[in-house]
Amino acid sequence: MERSFLEKSSDIELRLLIEAIYLKYSYDFRDYSGASVKRRVAHALRQFECATISALQERVLHDPAAFMQLLQFLTIPVSEMFRDPSHFLAIRQEVVPLLKTYPSIKIWIAGCSTGEEVYSMAILLREEGLLERTIIYATDINPASLDKAKQGIFSLENVRAYTANYQQAGGQRSFADYYTAAYDHAIFDKTLRENVTFADHSLATDSVFSETQLISCRNVLIYFNKKLQDRAFGLFHESLCHRGFLVLGSKETLDFSAYNKHFEPLVKQERIYRKS
Amino acid sequence: MNDAAANPMCGIEAIVVGASAGGVEALLSIFGDLPQAFGLPIIAVLHLPDERRSQLAEVFARRLQIPVREGQDKEVIQPGTLYFASPGYHLSVEHDRSLSLSQEDRVHHSRPAIDYLFASAGDVYGKRLLAILLTGANQDGAQGLAHVKQSGGITIVQDPDEARIAVMPRAALALHTPDHILTLSRIASLLASLESSPC
Ligand SMILES: C[S@@+](CC[C@H](N)C(=O)[O-])C[C@H]1O[C@@H](n2cnc3c(N)ncnc32)[C@H](O)[C@@H]1O
Repeated sequence: MERSFLEKSSDIELRLLIEAIYLKYSYDFRDYSGASVKRRVAHALRQFECATISALQERVLHDPAAFMQLLQFLTIPVSEMFRDPSHFLAIRQEVVPLLKTYPSIKIWIAGCSTGEEVYSMAILLREEGLLERTIIYATDINPASLDKAKQGIFSLENVRAYTANYQQAGGQRSFADYYTAAYDHAIFDKTLRENVTFADHSLATDSVFSETQLISCRNVLIYFNKKLQDRAFGLFHESLCHRGFLVLGSKETLDFSAYNKHFEPLVKQERIYRKS
Repeated sequence: MNDAAANPMCGIEAIVVGASAGGVEALLSIFGDLPQAFGLPIIAVLHLPDERRSQLAEVFARRLQIPVREGQDKEVIQPGTLYFASPGYHLSVEHDRSLSLSQEDRVHHSRPAIDYLFASAGDVYGKRLLAILLTGANQDGAQGLAHVKQSGGITIVQDPDEARIAVMPRAALALHTPDHILTLSRIASLLASLESSPC
């Protein structure tokens, strides 16, 4: 047999690790984009000081705390408030007027990470007079990120950039109205999250839990392969009401998905779609 | 003709290219002569100072005869197309020969990272990959290029004496011995001859 047909030991070990995690902890990384998972496990190996992926597998199988640590490497938590300001501006200008026609609104922020996107959305909705009649479901698979999201405390160092984002996103007030500064942190107004439910939910293994009018799933789907992306799109399609809105990250698209024909672009450039 | 265009090149399925400072001119000069019917995909990471917006694809599309695009997430790699990594995102090759984007930490202060593109492409294409590292002011790409070599692929480093900034080629040469050290004009003629060379 030609050498290249034999799988490398490390590739075999990687598959076994992912399988072990699924069997033991029900976290399903089997259909994530392979190149990135491989790099993140390689990175975790160095941090855990394990010589092989098999050694890492043994650790996480027998030590749930070690698995929780590994989860921090397997998920990519990077976020910002009003990330891609033009995207939030488009939501304000193109989506909000239509949302205003609903007596009550349910929004699902899937893969909310540490909450920056949730607070951004809440601020936007408050300024548009919609927050009081909105319920936001903010979900993620990483419990540590969800805990952080629930607190709504972000580093003051980043708030300067967030302020610029907020203004470019059509913010109507002084951004400082929404937080109090304490030492090097910005503590966000807790009334912003009065109608937010933070919950553990996986797009890979869980099902739809509510009907929604808008779903925002940004910078999550790039980490999935096509099959898992389609699973997620299927959940979104099922959850969204007739003519509901789906918003994706700036590099994510329905173009290569089987669900393409079930959605139409509302603001294509900003990845805002509508269920057709 | 070019002795480098002899047999090992005939099984090449894809080309990856990395460059940093001075890279725009270098890429224009190696791709400038490619014919419209060039049949291999080319995937490129070029570091840019500004992560937010890039006109790279537009600029190159105007100057080259082959189609040029920003590589999109989950896009199936098409032959004869030049793909650029989007600023702010790593670009990788997946086993089903599609592209994927990600926002892991920067590598050598760079996102997109040449190392990630090269290593992932090396994993997928093995000996059917040609990897080219050009001018640049940091060390990104050196490890990726060594990985391509280990996976059986062919590696080319721009002649550091010619490179606008020699840091990147030199870092690569310090880590492994590439198959070829060539000037831009030699790389250009090698690429142009890739398909016409008898296999
Ligand atoms: C890069 S963050 C995106 C944060 C935010 N949406 C934004 O755009 O700024 C990606 C998040 O997706 C989450 N994630 C990964 N796999 C997931 C899954 N199967 N279901 C739900 N969330 C997932 C990760 O835990 C991480 O918090």
